[in-house]
Amino acid sequence: MVKNTFIFIILIGVAAIMLNLFAGFGASTELGTIANHYASKGIEEVGSANLVTSVVVTYRGFDTLGEVTILFLSAAIVGFFLKVDNSDNRNRQLKYTSEILNTASQVLVPIMMLFGIYVFINGHLSPGGGFQGGAIIASGLVLMFVAQPKKEIGHRMINIIESISGVSFVLIGVVGIILAGGFLDNTILSLGKFGTLFSAGIIPIIYIFVGLKVGSELTGIALSLKENQNEA
Amino acid sequence: MLGIVLAIFLGILILVLAVMAVQNKNIVVAIIAAGAVSLFASVLYLVLAAPDVAMTEAAIGSGLSTIIFFYVLNKIKRQNG
Repeated sequence: MVKNTFIFIILIGVAAIMLNLFAGFGASTELGTIANHYASKGIEEVGSANLVTSVVVTYRGFDTLGEVTILFLSAAIVGFFLKVDNSDNRNRQLKYTSEILNTASQVLVPIMMLFGIYVFINGHLSPGGGFQGGAIIASGLVLMFVAQPKKEIGHRMINIIESISGVSFVLIGVVGIILAGGFLDNTILSLGKFGTLFSAGIIPIIYIFVGLKVGSELTGIALSLKENQNEA
Repeated sequence: MLGIVLAIFLGILILVLAVMAVQNKNIVVAIIAAGAVSLFASVLYLVLAAPDVAMTEAAIGSGLSTIIFFYVLNKIKRQNG
């Protein structure tokens, strides 16, 4: 009874705060100063057809680096706590998955991988980008883990891909300090013709590395969990 | 106008599924309901003109995290049983 009263009081309090916010909300008719700069100068300064990408990779490149670092940290912690004991893994019994899932995965997994690669290579032209593309690739690989548990992917390969792309991402940022205006500045390469695949300077290359890094990290988390299934 | 109606409908659907995920005693049903919340949330983002966020939500929220929840659930069940 006391507990329910407390919950009710807290809910009333939250509702009062939200009501205040709701009453003070008015849809603004024009962009703020920073948003206005991004919207009007973004095309000539960054040259990316997808404005979200120009904000995420160039203007707010440090934030992307932070996000990737957080993801790396969580993947590392999962890998640390789920150490695989390979001694009795060799002759474990795996249940067979259903025929439908197996057949569907054989058709879908390559298409999903291809779509993931498309999404991060075209991150500066169409919606999406490195993070989304990497997540799609990881989803495809996880579908493969679920449908064909016998297929094995080495942790080693995943770790190598992840490390190389992480280091390259930071190195490109440092090269930006030397050759262009600052960390992760995209004008190292020429901006190219607006709206084509080879445009927006270094952004497509950065997105390839971000996509590979995110994809390998998420795959690594799922792989650690999958290999721990038959312990106990 | 159609967009607003669709957004409100999706919002109500998300609320119903979220309550279902919290209240249901069967954990498998709760996990699937949580995944469906993410799926409809990604459709909602698409309706609200944020395709970048919608892609992330669809891939991570309803795809990867649902599978990871199932892996963890399976592991916990084996350790308890």
